[in-house]
Amino acid sequence: MNLLIPAFGLLIWTLVAFLVVFFILKKFAWPAIIGGLKKREQTIADSLATAERVKAEMAQMKSENEALLAKAREERAQMLKEARETKDKIINEAKDQAKVEANKIIVEAQAAIDTQKMAAITEVKNQIGKLVIEVSEKVLRRELSDKKAQEDHVRSLVDEVKLN
Amino acid sequence: MLHSRAKCLLGVTFSLILLIFSLSSFARQDSDSIIEKKIKILDANEVIFGHISDGHEFHFISFFSGGKEHPISIPLPVILYSPGKGITTFMSSEFHHGERTVKGYALLTDHNIERWGLNSKKFSAGQIVAVNENGQPDTGVKVYDFSITRNVVQMLIALALLVWVMLYIAKKYKKGEGVNTAPKGIQSLLEPVITFIRDDVIKPNLGHKYEKYQPYIQTIFFFILFNALVALIPGTANVVGNIAFTGFLALTAFIVILFSSNSHYWKHILWPPVPLGVKFILIPVEILGIFTKPFALMIRLFANMLAGHIIIICLVSLIFIFGTLNTIAGYSVSPFSVAFVIFIYFIEILVAFLQAYIFAMLTAVFVGQAFEGDHHEEKVHL
Repeated sequence: MNLLIPAFGLLIWTLVAFLVVFFILKKFAWPAIIGGLKKREQTIADSLATAERVKAEMAQMKSENEALLAKAREERAQMLKEARETKDKIINEAKDQAKVEANKIIVEAQAAIDTQKMAAITEVKNQIGKLVIEVSEKVLRRELSDKKAQEDHVRSLVDEVKLN
Repeated sequence: MLHSRAKCLLGVTFSLILLIFSLSSFARQDSDSIIEKKIKILDANEVIFGHISDGHEFHFISFFSGGKEHPISIPLPVILYSPGKGITTFMSSEFHHGERTVKGYALLTDHNIERWGLNSKKFSAGQIVAVNENGQPDTGVKVYDFSITRNVVQMLIALALLVWVMLYIAKKYKKGEGVNTAPKGIQSLLEPVITFIRDDVIKPNLGHKYEKYQPYIQTIFFFILFNALVALIPGTANVVGNIAFTGFLALTAFIVILFSSNSHYWKHILWPPVPLGVKFILIPVEILGIFTKPFALMIRLFANMLAGHIIIICLVSLIFIFGTLNTIAGYSVSPFSVAFVIFIYFIEILVAFLQAYIFAMLTAVFVGQAFEGDHHEEKVHL
């Protein structure tokens, strides 16, 4: 039983077979297999990293968007506020101007009224004067024709003077 | 639990074998028929060694007719070299199982060794010796036997299978299958094994140099695995349990270790950092260690693979041993025997992977130790 004594022939054949197998595998199989596995692992790692990066970018973009949105909202509020203020200002200004204008018009109107009034009064005065003269003339004319009435009138005048 | 039960059952089995042997020896003086049976029992020994030894032909079964043995086997080419005659080749069938001499050579059988009165310690069945003109063995002539024995044939078949499978999946990877897509079929069967060897054997032990050693360690692993798995097919030869095979693998490991060693490694062996007195003890131990490492690799793989094969053949033989004692005993033992064989077979499949892994692992560890001093931060972790 030569179990523990290595057979020379088998040793040589194993050597030949191993070397052939080793060189075939080393040249044609292992680079492709090992390279393929490595490449795939690299691809997976890269994909994961890219996914992670994209996720981070998305989050950042989202937060940026939110910030932008908040800013826009604030700006809108600001603008609305400003618009309201402007509106109020314009209204107030218009009111003030209108008031001023109205006052001016009133004053002018007053002046015109006064002028008209004075003119009217003057006219009335003149008319009254004229009327008085006419009436006086008529009265005088009639009075002078009636002696007794004249005397009455003179008498009444004298009475009046007395009373005064 | 399973392990302890198996141990217990194995214990029972072997005590039964011992019992049979003792029974037959007690019965020796009783009658001739018992003696005949004893001879048949001892034949189990021959069966076992016939199965685990190498041979010049692929022997399947033998049948008896007309009082003669007719073996059914595939003859294999015999290639011999002896300094006087040069290279001689012929088919092993020309020996007619040792009955004839061919071109000045004779195949030794147990019968021939006995007939020619050769030293049974030096010569054993299956060996080829040169013969002189008278048909007597000429033990003075050294014969180098490079025959394509059944181990060689089986190894070549296993390796052809290995190369074909590896080239097939390599082609797939080259085409981008398994790189850009998910691996399929045989690719996904082997891929976890390849990545396991890479990530758990090669990377932790070889550190920054792992890419350089990857083809070697991977080849070693699959070389052993494929040979061990093919050797599990019933009727095949016991390739990995042959010391020449494991010896060669250990030799390559030894060469690779030596070629990857650095000054730090040699300094550690030849001038270890211990007190002077201890140096005298440690230096011889360390020098011995250079050789014991590959030697342990050789013996471990050889013994593990051989043991499994022997156990299976023993268990199968048990049926026939019982059968020769009593036909009913033979039949009644067979279910237990077969159950054990099935159990051992599963263990053997595990052992095939395990031993290939251990061999690759230890080779990686030893190679890693040889250049360990390069980078202290990348120490070997077992």
